[in-house]
Amino acid sequence: MKLKQNSKAASVSFKNVTKIYGKDVIAVDDVSLSIEAGTLVTLLGPSGCGKTTTLRMIAGLEMCSSGTVEIGDVDVTTLPATDRDVSMVFQSYALFPHMSVLENVSYGLKFSGFKKNEISERAIAGLELVGLSEYGARLPSELSGGQQQRVAVARALVLEPQVLLFDEPLSNLDAKLRRQVREEIREIQQNLGLTVVYVTHDQEEALAVSDRIIVMKNAVIAQDGTPRDLYDAPANRFVADFIGEANILPCEIAAIKAEIAKVKIGDYSLNLPSRGLDKGSALLAVRPNRVIIGKSKPNKNLPGKIIRLTYVGNHLEFTIATEFENLFATSSDVNSEFKVGDDVAITFADKGPVLLES
Amino acid sequence: MKTENKAFAHSTLLLWLIVGWAGFCLVPWYGIEDGFFGFEWLSDGYPFDPDYAPALFLILQGKKIWLASVVPFMILPVIALFRIKSDPVFGKVLVVCGALGFGILLGQGFIIGLKGWQFGWLEQLFGPLGDRQFGMGYGALFMASAFLFIFTQGIAARGAVNGDVFVVSSIGFVVTIVAIFVFFPIISMLLSAFIGEDKAYSISVFIDKITDNRLWSLSCITGGQKCGAAWNSFALAVLVGITTTVLGLAFALVVTRTGFRYKKLLRAMSVLPIITPPFVIGLAIILLFGLSGSFTVFFSDLFGFQPTRWVYGLPGILIAQILAFTPIAFLVMIGVVEGVSPSMEEASQTLRANKWETFVNVSLPLMRPGIANAFLLGFIESMADFGNPLVLGGNFDVLSTEIFYAIVGAQYDQARAASIALVLLFFTLAAFYAQRFWLGKKSYTTMTGKGDSGVYSQLPSRVSKPVFLIVAAWTAFTLLIYAMIFYGSFVELWGVNNTLTFKHYITAFSARIGEHGIHWTGSAWDSFWTTLKIAGISAPLTAAVGLVTAYLLTRQNFAGKNAFEFGTMLSFAIPGTVIGVSYILAFNVPPLELTGTGIILVISFVFRNMPVGVRAGIASMTQLDKSLDESSLTLGANSWQTFINVILPLLKPAILAALVYSFVRAMTAISAVIFLVSAEYNMATSYIIGRVENNDYGLAIAYSTSLIAVMLTVVALMQLIVGKTKIGRRSGQSGAKP
Repeated sequence: MKLKQNSKAASVSFKNVTKIYGKDVIAVDDVSLSIEAGTLVTLLGPSGCGKTTTLRMIAGLEMCSSGTVEIGDVDVTTLPATDRDVSMVFQSYALFPHMSVLENVSYGLKFSGFKKNEISERAIAGLELVGLSEYGARLPSELSGGQQQRVAVARALVLEPQVLLFDEPLSNLDAKLRRQVREEIREIQQNLGLTVVYVTHDQEEALAVSDRIIVMKNAVIAQDGTPRDLYDAPANRFVADFIGEANILPCEIAAIKAEIAKVKIGDYSLNLPSRGLDKGSALLAVRPNRVIIGKSKPNKNLPGKIIRLTYVGNHLEFTIATEFENLFATSSDVNSEFKVGDDVAITFADKGPVLLES
Repeated sequence: MKTENKAFAHSTLLLWLIVGWAGFCLVPWYGIEDGFFGFEWLSDGYPFDPDYAPALFLILQGKKIWLASVVPFMILPVIALFRIKSDPVFGKVLVVCGALGFGILLGQGFIIGLKGWQFGWLEQLFGPLGDRQFGMGYGALFMASAFLFIFTQGIAARGAVNGDVFVVSSIGFVVTIVAIFVFFPIISMLLSAFIGEDKAYSISVFIDKITDNRLWSLSCITGGQKCGAAWNSFALAVLVGITTTVLGLAFALVVTRTGFRYKKLLRAMSVLPIITPPFVIGLAIILLFGLSGSFTVFFSDLFGFQPTRWVYGLPGILIAQILAFTPIAFLVMIGVVEGVSPSMEEASQTLRANKWETFVNVSLPLMRPGIANAFLLGFIESMADFGNPLVLGGNFDVLSTEIFYAIVGAQYDQARAASIALVLLFFTLAAFYAQRFWLGKKSYTTMTGKGDSGVYSQLPSRVSKPVFLIVAAWTAFTLLIYAMIFYGSFVELWGVNNTLTFKHYITAFSARIGEHGIHWTGSAWDSFWTTLKIAGISAPLTAAVGLVTAYLLTRQNFAGKNAFEFGTMLSFAIPGTVIGVSYILAFNVPPLELTGTGIILVISFVFRNMPVGVRAGIASMTQLDKSLDESSLTLGANSWQTFINVILPLLKPAILAALVYSFVRAMTAISAVIFLVSAEYNMATSYIIGRVENNDYGLAIAYSTSLIAVMLTVVALMQLIVGKTKIGRRSGQSGAKP
């Protein structure tokens, strides 16, 4: 048998959920969110931002201090993990070292009331799905890291849970494998139509796999949107910097006409979408690849001086001193003739720089 | 959503209701004279004979009417069966019924005893009762368990520990048994120390007894005759604690930080004293240094002086205890010495400290918890040791033997025994607290869980030379002692008639094949079989209680966890002699009448050895990543299924350690046992002590040698039965990836 499109995939919603550890350590502060059935949503943020606690509250491994948690429109706030139809792939994989791969994959099925032959059918189907049908008899310790990871995924998948949770599943893999496995996870999720909640601190990973990203900071949600929303229109300085790095410069909005703002940075000025901002001081976020470096010239630019230049294979990385702050820029032109110490003229690409509230 | 959980919760409740009702209607309410496992009552007037009648039949006959008071609390929970779990009524009914039922059940047992009302004011209030009751039996046990678990299900339903019935029930169970078998006896003992000759409670009696001059006299310093037993015990314990710690440290250093070739021999030797009944070393010392001991005779011949009894007293006890307890200190120290991460020492050396400076400033301070633990163990073991002082004490009184003489001697003064036991308890608890205070809140953790590839630095030579010397001397002496024990068991009469003979073994262990199978004619068989049986029953119980407690402590969070931990570890600081006395005082009278049975021996072993099971469990459970449990939970197993399928199989080494340790301790223990044995349930160790008191050393030593051999066999067998959990080829390197 084969694993089919998951008809049980369910939505998840948090209503004003707060989690307090001990007396006054607030891990999650009045968070509300909703995740549609059949989508992959990433919880992204620096360590300690509350993303893992949020995930564990969906799993039922932590109970929220206040608020309600719903899965598939059923209130599960007080249900422990055992009684929720959710399964989870752990950062450490948490494969049971004393059971074979097949026993690991069958483990959850044993407690779900399946008949014996159905258990093994489903488990074998699960192993096939992740390409490990040959390895059923091995012990987890006899598999490579990537294979162990896939066993952990298969073990969670075969239960056809309402929601599948991933807690930094790729952090123990090397860089090459990471890309491959994350593509596999995404493919399985889309083919089976699963609801997946995925925790990571790696913004690139999040951008690559998600339908939607929820960025968290200091126990609250900083921004919630599609990868492109977050990258192109970050809501604040934190998101702009956390997702894909950005140079943040102070600037002045001189005038606004038809939602187009005239922005001045020192002597340099450019036109950008105003994003609802008023005249006055603001911030400008510029991605490193949107910084254009040209030969020094008198005006309509930001003068600077190259203070560091690093060759990293497929591009060059510049650090440029300007009158405001050091700018970080990348250039795909690896044959560029600039050297450290050169005076340069900096301009920004027409599309890309984003205005933020100061 | 899964739906079977509702039915599950109720099936557990139904089960306990059935157990409760069975306890009330079917099985004898009071304890049976023939013992817990005697079933003659089934054909002997049951169910109408008042001795064997279930509570229901007693009440119907108009006797023990007060037992009816628990009935409402068994009826009310039936209401809960028809409610769903999240209904607040469900939880409330169960909590109230469980608590009140349990309370009333116990309360009636304490209020009405062998002579009717137990308290004078009740007699004044209600008049004489004209009836009495004996110790509780099956019926009461069933019903009390039912009330307890009804109560815990109620608590769980009200949301404690995420509503986990298994966890809440385990906590309730452990708390109850610790309260009954650790705290209740200690409190009974405390109370009885207040009882004067007129049977009335009095503080002045208590103060008199506690400050008795026989305990606290210091006249040996001021030139008088004898010091008090309390000071003797204290001085001895401090000396033993310091010496065993130093020796243990020396051993641990030799094994981990030198190129010494015979490390395995050292490790093996460290096991020997653990499987040796404690006083056996005392016996060997008599063979060597006693009045007709080999050394004494040899030197008195050589120098022509009269043989003396110098070894009896402090020197003898000190030597015997140091030999017996050094291996324990070694086992504690080796864990800590190995735990000091080599990279700490390497870091120190790259910071320009030499080996000596590194050892003094980094290694040694990091070993502080081990040093404190080893000292504490040595101190408590010495305080509690009963066998060696009894054999070697002479006129040197110590607390543990004083307690014994107070209770078995002509004086038969329970109150005096209780008050000496309190003094002893005071010392060990003080040591327990001093250790915690000394360690304070500093962190000594150096293991980070990350692979540590460094190597231990070798000892600086000014440490390694003396250390080698100490270890060599100790090893030689220990080997000599064990050779003496083995040889001594074949000698006719030591020092008088040195011919070799099998006589002692034959007296103890002869058997012949007669008409009705094998006749066990040897004098030791009785106590031998009893010992095996009791040790065999108590070992798995100890391991089970210990591991469940460890699971609760490491894997669950609940209110009052610290108090829970303290309570379960407390019996570690209570010397065996104190346990013995307190059990006699607490369980000699209804409602819990256990003295003279085998059960009281089993119980005393379970609670004496439980802390070791707990420690072993905690140590290996902290090695298991918590995500293993969590992944099992998210895969739909409940906490009981997780415990059985995931935790237990991974804990086999800890289970084995707990099993072996509690078995061996039950075989070799003497201090608590000596108070609790009876004609019917005599243990090997108390039989041997009896032989020693009759100066029958040959038989005593032969029996001890056989015990050591038996224990070696049993330990090997257990290893075979429990087996190893296969977790892959990398397991041998404790998870460190190459």
